[in-house]
Amino acid sequence: MSEPRLVEVRKNVLKANDVIARSLRERFRSAGVFVVSLVSSPGSGKTAFLEKTLTTLRPNYRVAALVGDLATENDAVRLARSQAPVKQIITGTICHLEAAMVEKSLADWDLNTLDFLFIENVGNLVCPSSYDLGENLRIVLMSVTEGEDKPLKYPTIFNSADVAVITKIDLAVAVEFDSSAACANIQAVRPGMHVFQLSTKSGEGMRDYFDFLITSLTQMRTSFSQTV
Amino acid sequence: MHELSIAMSIVEMAEEEAERHGGQVSAVHLKLGALSGVVKEALLSSFEMACFDTPLAGSRLIIEEVPIVVFCGSCQTQRTLTSAQWFCCPECGTPTLEIVQGKDLEVVALEMTDDVRAQAG
Repeated sequence: MSEPRLVEVRKNVLKANDVIARSLRERFRSAGVFVVSLVSSPGSGKTAFLEKTLTTLRPNYRVAALVGDLATENDAVRLARSQAPVKQIITGTICHLEAAMVEKSLADWDLNTLDFLFIENVGNLVCPSSYDLGENLRIVLMSVTEGEDKPLKYPTIFNSADVAVITKIDLAVAVEFDSSAACANIQAVRPGMHVFQLSTKSGEGMRDYFDFLITSLTQMRTSFSQTV
Repeated sequence: MHELSIAMSIVEMAEEEAERHGGQVSAVHLKLGALSGVVKEALLSSFEMACFDTPLAGSRLIIEEVPIVVFCGSCQTQRTLTSAQWFCCPECGTPTLEIVQGKDLEVVALEMTDDVRAQAG
């Protein structure tokens, strides 16, 4: 048998996903919709947080959500209470959302009728980090019950996110949550990361987060109108 | 565990390339960054599964691990991080997030032998 020869390839394995994510990002930008994705471990309060977000923004903004889940439509049913358009993406055995799933789910949606689109990823702190969904902002959530060292255990997902949200701070005292240690750990894996500490239940800290979202939407639209 | 779907993409990509160049793939060379979100061991065992019943069956996956390299604004130079848990310059301690390298997930090259089936025909 002859000696093997080396053929150069140099191709990104996730290229197919990245290409779709790029075209999604362009669609979002021209429609003027600000897209926020949420990643966290299961049970961090992601769905409650999203429900509160939709309910609060809805009187003044046009909001919608896509929700990834392995098997059930429970989250979509819960979120439908906000009366915002919600679509479930059932991923089956797949532990993360991919850009193609987002693209397919949006096929019959007119993005021009939206201000904010939220994409809730499958509860998982590992796999979603590799997949760009074309979002403007990726929020990683962790609850006070998960421990301060979560960022150190999952540095890649924290590094891939833009903003961190610490949820359930109404329970912080009960679980002896060390907020400064948690923030230091977040800064270690993602220097300069903005952190919101809030409680969906009591409403504490939610105001800053909403102000941030609204400012982000305005900034995005201003920068888009300057470039066209 | 998304390594299986990543492995399947690698196999698909290698199959396409092999078809273009003609021949049998004996090994796939891959660059894997420490920030790619993919675990080496899981990818290796997934690759074997993904190759099953494809022209790549029996081929090897050769992984080159790529460390995280950042640009330190204070030192004005590139530095290699020893851990993904500490995004600071290992020399001067300045926090930095300017990632130069480490997200890699790239098929770099294929080792190919002449197509046995083509020779037979």
